[in-house]
Amino acid sequence: MSKMRKGFLPLLIAAVMVFAAACGSGSGESNESNGGTTSGAGGSNNANQSTNAPANESNGGQNNGGAESAAQKLSGSIEIDGSSTVYPLTEAAAEEYAAEQPDVRVTVGVSGTGGGFERFCAGEIPIADASRPIKDSEAQACSEAGIAYTELSVAYDGLSVVVSKDNDWVDYLTVEELNKIFAQGSTVKTWADVREGWPAEEIKMFSPGADSGTYDYFNEVILEKAGIRSDGQISFSEDDNTLVQGVAGNKGGIGYFGFAYYEENTDKLKVVPIDGGNGPIEPTLDTIKDGSYSPLSRPLYIYVSNKALEERPEVKDFVRFYIENIGGMAKEVGYVPLPDEKYAEEAAKIKV
Amino acid sequence: MNLLQGGNRHQIARRRKIDFCLHLLFAAATSVGVIALCALLIDIIIDGISRLQPGLFENFPSRRAERAGMKSAIVGSMYMLCIMLPISFVLGVGAAIWLEEYAGKNRFTRLIQLNISTLAGVPSIVYGILGLTLFVRLLMLQRSLLAGALTMTILVLPIIIVSAQEALRAVPKSRRDASYALGANRWQTVSRAVLPSALPGILTGVILAMSRAIGETAPLIMIGALTYVAFLPKHMLDQFTVMPIQIYNWLSRPQPEFHELAAAGIIVLLAMLLLMNFAAILLRNKFSKIS
Repeated sequence: MSKMRKGFLPLLIAAVMVFAAACGSGSGESNESNGGTTSGAGGSNNANQSTNAPANESNGGQNNGGAESAAQKLSGSIEIDGSSTVYPLTEAAAEEYAAEQPDVRVTVGVSGTGGGFERFCAGEIPIADASRPIKDSEAQACSEAGIAYTELSVAYDGLSVVVSKDNDWVDYLTVEELNKIFAQGSTVKTWADVREGWPAEEIKMFSPGADSGTYDYFNEVILEKAGIRSDGQISFSEDDNTLVQGVAGNKGGIGYFGFAYYEENTDKLKVVPIDGGNGPIEPTLDTIKDGSYSPLSRPLYIYVSNKALEERPEVKDFVRFYIENIGGMAKEVGYVPLPDEKYAEEAAKIKV
Repeated sequence: MNLLQGGNRHQIARRRKIDFCLHLLFAAATSVGVIALCALLIDIIIDGISRLQPGLFENFPSRRAERAGMKSAIVGSMYMLCIMLPISFVLGVGAAIWLEEYAGKNRFTRLIQLNISTLAGVPSIVYGILGLTLFVRLLMLQRSLLAGALTMTILVLPIIIVSAQEALRAVPKSRRDASYALGANRWQTVSRAVLPSALPGILTGVILAMSRAIGETAPLIMIGALTYVAFLPKHMLDQFTVMPIQIYNWLSRPQPEFHELAAAGIIVLLAMLLLMNFAAILLRNKFSKIS
């Protein structure tokens, strides 16, 4: 017995060491930094592998990066961070790109649009996902750090204003009415306060939290940057699925979120056509795409560092791939592709 | 005896009644937790069982639910545990041994003790901020597996120290005395007399601490663990993701198929947690029989 006990401790320590060693193996390998054109561990494989990257279909003429990719295999790692709204698009692009350039490792984080820009302007990442254009303060941070960037729009999202299926009175809402309902200091208590003739059903509002790009956009185009009301009648959530549940479960509920969340819940929700001055328009793939669903149709962006575009062929090639192919994948993840000529325009921006 | 028979029968009946009521109350209190857990389990299993397929373990994240899996997340979680376990074991148990066996009881150790118990209750996001400043930025570990594991180590250290201390304290003093009486010095006493009989308790604490770490999301999101990682980390400074982050991402998607995937992911996570807790119980039983 005592022997067993005596033997146990060294054994345990040995086990721990083995564990540590196993985990630690390879820690001495070159640790790849984010910047620079690293060839990484996969670099040596490149020469041996003769498999060509699949021919890429480019619609706007081969650019330099594109021509390169067809000829040579790229490697390295591309770190992307930013908006969780844009995430599904970038994930789709990264997933498909892996088939074309398996040695380029693309990772995507979801720090939020603001968090993404913070890292982008600190030079930590070459590409940032954004669900709104860069703010002046962020642009200033970037220029102070000497980071020049290119803004590329990748798809549209139609912010959808929705009410419960049980709501049988709302036929459409004007931008002014939306403002009246949601703006700070609003006195709207029931639907009767919104438009005459509507029932005195209490109005319950559901909105994304103030940190989200969705809120930012709504605040800008509907609330004229006045800020949203915050009282007992409104609930905020960072999780759009919670907003869906909230609106669906309240007869007098109203909320807004990305088109994809409406599309997946058409059985529970009723979408409200919005009158932005040219008559009520319902958000659909077509109205969002041609811009007639205004002003709630918004573009989604990626921001690319110019320096990375110039110095890192894998970044340039990935962005090219992104712009060329995202149109076909956008619908799949619940967004609306830009018109083809718009993609050609965006592709032209990175040809330089 | 006299008192009992003497007539306060009424009072006794009343006390019994109170006892009975409280009994019910306590049973109800217990069942609330159990029922909630069962409801959660049933709900999750109904949602997720259909997605609990090999693909979940074999595939990397994908935009298509039928092709999406959490291979990189599962492996990331495992690797993180592998790195954490030895570090936090050595540091945690070492600290506990020093505090219990070597250090005297003075102001300084009392201060440390107070700190440790306070740290055990600090919200996990605070550790994320600490990890971000210390490991990611100051030590330049980037958003790597090692940075994540070290942050988690700090998070669970107080738990391990406290539980190891309790296990050490539970070793009867007579055991130490006997060892000293035989001429053993302090380390000999600690390593041969005290540690072996405290080990089951220590290991239980360590495993429970690990199972806490495996379910934590907030600190890792803070230090920037990623969501889309389509490769397995090759070394300690590689990028990674963990299961709770993947589950959270799936839950926030609009498509119901991803919600099912998330449920399946939760089943995997719960199964791992149960397995670890089960291992803790087994270890405790095994070693308490030996000693």
